[in-house]
Amino acid sequence: MSHYHHKTLAELSGLLQAGDVSSTELTEHFLSRIKQYDSTLNSFITVVEDQAMQQAAEADKLLKNGGAGPLTGVPIAHKDIFCTRGIRTSCGSKMLDNFISPYDATVVSKFKQAGVVTLGKTNMDEFAMGSSNETSFYGPVKNPWNTDTVPGGSSGGSAAAVASRLTPAATGTDTGGSIRQPAALCGITGLKPTYGLVSRYGMIAFASSLDQGGPMAQSAEDCALMLKTMAGFDEKDSTSLEQEIPDYTAALENSIEGLRIGLPGEYFDDGLDDSVRAVIQAALDSYRDMGAELVDIELPNSSLSVPVYYVVAPAECSANLSRFDGVRYGYRCQDPQDLYDLYTRSRGEGFGAEVKRRIMVGTYALSAGYYDAYYLKAQQLRHQISDDFKAAFKNVDVIMGPASPGPAFNIGEKTEDPISMYLSDIYTIAVNLAGLPGMSVPAGFVDGKPVGLQIIGNYFEENRLLNVAHKYQQNTDWHRHMPENYR
Amino acid sequence: MSLDTDDIKAIAKLARLRIDEADVRSYATNLSNILDLVEQMNSVDTEGVVPMSHPLDVVQRLREDVVTETDQREEFQKVAPATQDGLYLVPKVIE
Repeated sequence: MSHYHHKTLAELSGLLQAGDVSSTELTEHFLSRIKQYDSTLNSFITVVEDQAMQQAAEADKLLKNGGAGPLTGVPIAHKDIFCTRGIRTSCGSKMLDNFISPYDATVVSKFKQAGVVTLGKTNMDEFAMGSSNETSFYGPVKNPWNTDTVPGGSSGGSAAAVASRLTPAATGTDTGGSIRQPAALCGITGLKPTYGLVSRYGMIAFASSLDQGGPMAQSAEDCALMLKTMAGFDEKDSTSLEQEIPDYTAALENSIEGLRIGLPGEYFDDGLDDSVRAVIQAALDSYRDMGAELVDIELPNSSLSVPVYYVVAPAECSANLSRFDGVRYGYRCQDPQDLYDLYTRSRGEGFGAEVKRRIMVGTYALSAGYYDAYYLKAQQLRHQISDDFKAAFKNVDVIMGPASPGPAFNIGEKTEDPISMYLSDIYTIAVNLAGLPGMSVPAGFVDGKPVGLQIIGNYFEENRLLNVAHKYQQNTDWHRHMPENYR
Repeated sequence: MSLDTDDIKAIAKLARLRIDEADVRSYATNLSNILDLVEQMNSVDTEGVVPMSHPLDVVQRLREDVVTETDQREEFQKVAPATQDGLYLVPKVIE
């Protein structure tokens, strides 16, 4: 048995270009790993074996006859929030269990055009609402480092699949931490880009002003390769930004001598697990050894991020999810008596408890007489949270801290108390509210569970984030660790 | 902020969500807790602060008013629960 799953995306790309392996061999290898391991992990909702083998055969032709790009022939997986033509796109919900998408998301078609093979669709919290992957209609995903624990969420399936090397890389989406928190809990590298950099077209909407797709992979170098393909203006997304896309790979080797790293006091307060604090401190020490300067900063409004988020996100979700009406696609209840019955039972039966909670919070916050007290107030505070970052970036190049207050928690531990679940995103949410790019990078372990270092950058500074992460990964090997049972 | 079971029923009706009678109480507790968390927003005075609509202060992009979509009705209706003659079917609305 060959060990292609020990290779990063960049390394596999090199092997393919050199003709040392075919896309068909690689695709077979990862499909057989999914068969072998995923009955335990549950990281995939749908595996598309036949289509993957077909795409691999086409990629092999390109690789042989010319016309191949850097990612041609590598297999990846898509979070099941991205619409894939002819393939079930469930968003982790009973509501869309029967939904075969009639079109591709822009991100999906970009990867197709690049000759990338799709292995399947990964499990996720229902409609991306959750921090543990336990709200999925298809059951929880298990963390490959410790199968009693959650992989984080909402991109928990993508994170677990990459960590166990069932796929070399995957796509994810991040509305309040849904790429960075699972990346941290599963020990992989994940990047949430600047709002507007990656098209949201065909990415099923949760909270439109916060949602952003991004790469989840084994290294910063892999994320750079993927982001190059994912990013770019799309006229089909009205919030897509017309921004030149740099060569993220070219910036990886830049020196970080003299880099100014801001450390927000608020991210190192009492809420942070002490063992996680020690891991983060060690990572910061490595940066200092590499010539970076550590600077204390303040983000005074950051404690309001969670309250603000739980107005903005539910309000937008209640509007977005009103499209699921049992009429045009998705789940419809049996024998509706009248139109009202059709709507309420289709939605009541099709949505899970957490989705219903958030729709109701949003409906309440947007109902007549409450708009000013909730949504307007939240949007004002959002400005202040964002101004805190703007002020900080006048003095520092990047901001660092933990991605999550603790390592992976046990399955079932937080399901009864939504608030305790919400607080697991306390360090990631502000970045979405401000629209900034952020990463999580593997930085060590606590009791055999991975810990992620969060790196936050200024708008459109993905190249700097990737550079800063890559330099760390050249000096450490945390990102190369694999869970023992999946080697 | 505390919501009672009648509030939950009213909100569920607005949101077109059928909630099982047995679950109404737990939704009331959960939603009240969430609103308590949200209350923290009132600790900061935001008088005069402009609400943020886009992180980069971008305004809505406009396009020419021309047809860009092709007719894909058949393809889109393949995934519909019930259609007839190119129309979506719902229970009778008008007697």
